[in-house]
Amino acid sequence: MKTVHPLLVRVTHWVNALAILVMVTSGWKIYNASPLFDFLFPNDITLGGWLGGALQWHFAAMWLLALNGLIYIAYGIFSGHLARRMLPISPKAMIGDILSAMRGKLSHADLSVYNAAQKAAYLGAILLVIGLILSGLAIWKPVQFYVIASLMGDYEGARLLHFFCMVGIVLFVLVHVAMVILVPKTFLTMITGKLKNG
Amino acid sequence: MDNKLKNHEGVLLASIERRLFLKRGLSLGALSLLSGCDLSDQFTYDDRVQKMLTAMSRWNDGAQAWLFDPKRLAPEFPVSMITDPFPFNAYYGEEEVRIVDSTDYKLEVGGMVREKKVWRLPELYALPQVSQITRHICVEGWSAIGKWSGPRFSDFLQRVGADTTARYVGFKCADDYYTSIDMATALHPQTIMAFRYADQVLPPKYGFPWKLRIPTKLGFKNPKHVMAMFVTNEDPGGYWEDKGYNWFSGS
Repeated sequence: MKTVHPLLVRVTHWVNALAILVMVTSGWKIYNASPLFDFLFPNDITLGGWLGGALQWHFAAMWLLALNGLIYIAYGIFSGHLARRMLPISPKAMIGDILSAMRGKLSHADLSVYNAAQKAAYLGAILLVIGLILSGLAIWKPVQFYVIASLMGDYEGARLLHFFCMVGIVLFVLVHVAMVILVPKTFLTMITGKLKNG
Repeated sequence: MDNKLKNHEGVLLASIERRLFLKRGLSLGALSLLSGCDLSDQFTYDDRVQKMLTAMSRWNDGAQAWLFDPKRLAPEFPVSMITDPFPFNAYYGEEEVRIVDSTDYKLEVGGMVREKKVWRLPELYALPQVSQITRHICVEGWSAIGKWSGPRFSDFLQRVGADTTARYVGFKCADDYYTSIDMATALHPQTIMAFRYADQVLPPKYGFPWKLRIPTKLGFKNPKHVMAMFVTNEDPGGYWEDKGYNWFSGS
């Protein structure tokens, strides 16, 4: 049997999934206290009960998200895992693969090799989480981290960026989960790491 | 902007009502998300989760105190960026704003200070003043820029002989609001006793006779209608802090 995902990648994947779930659902509750746009998130899919509870969840889970992310990135860089899986990536191959994926013709025979559409999506998700963390730091500490906030158009700009990175990560999760449902064996490999007959 | 702010008040009032029975900061959604546990265990489970969240909030107080740079100034803005009208916000509606009588007003200064005395408004107005145009950030997320003027709080603390090695300064307000801040923030050069807003005497809705303006903290840490202040080593808590908002809440 072939190892598709190393243990550290599997553990950080599921910790990240939990952290993102808590951050997004508590974040929706926080958004509802002072909406940026003309809509609210339905209460039933938010976490925290009230603004103070949501903030407690958000500021607790942020440590989980950031530390877990640091471990994943550090491992990915020093083990060569990130470079092996995500590179090389060319815009041409990416567009070609996205088009064939939409026609339902994208091959995913070897689960340990990512096609260009996957590489783009996973790299994009990593960048979105980095964007969420940086804009989140700017919102949390617009004075202490003024340098970060000023790059994003100060406090209000950071709020907008935080919101749109959230939209991006939610879209990623929707597509990601849809793909797992289409290719169910990928779900097991993210738990066991192995692929039967792989 | 106006409509948006009205909306916030509605949301805030609705959430205050909810808070009365959801003090634990946990929704059923949270439970169903995170456990498949038996309903009879729910209360102990709730308590354990709340204990963990409260412990994390205390940890975040420490992290923020560590991050706080006493010399770093909050950004200041040009007059053209001032938010007009500046939003009213409190734990009650604008029609319930407290009117403090200026002739009767006495500020009580107590706790770990050399000069425990009462200050009248003319004495306070006579102190040298500074101005700032800074961003007020609400815990709800919105922000607004305004101009405040008044003496530096650090100067006042020095004048009353406050023990600045103490940990906290606590405040009691005419509207039964109360809060407290760390000494490092109390001594920050932009922490001022705001007697004026937009070059006018601070109107009742913004906290007449004065509000402690702290541009390095969220709005709810800026007490209005301050009637008494005291220096202490015992954590005095606060109106919202005791309900679950993070105590340090620094910017």
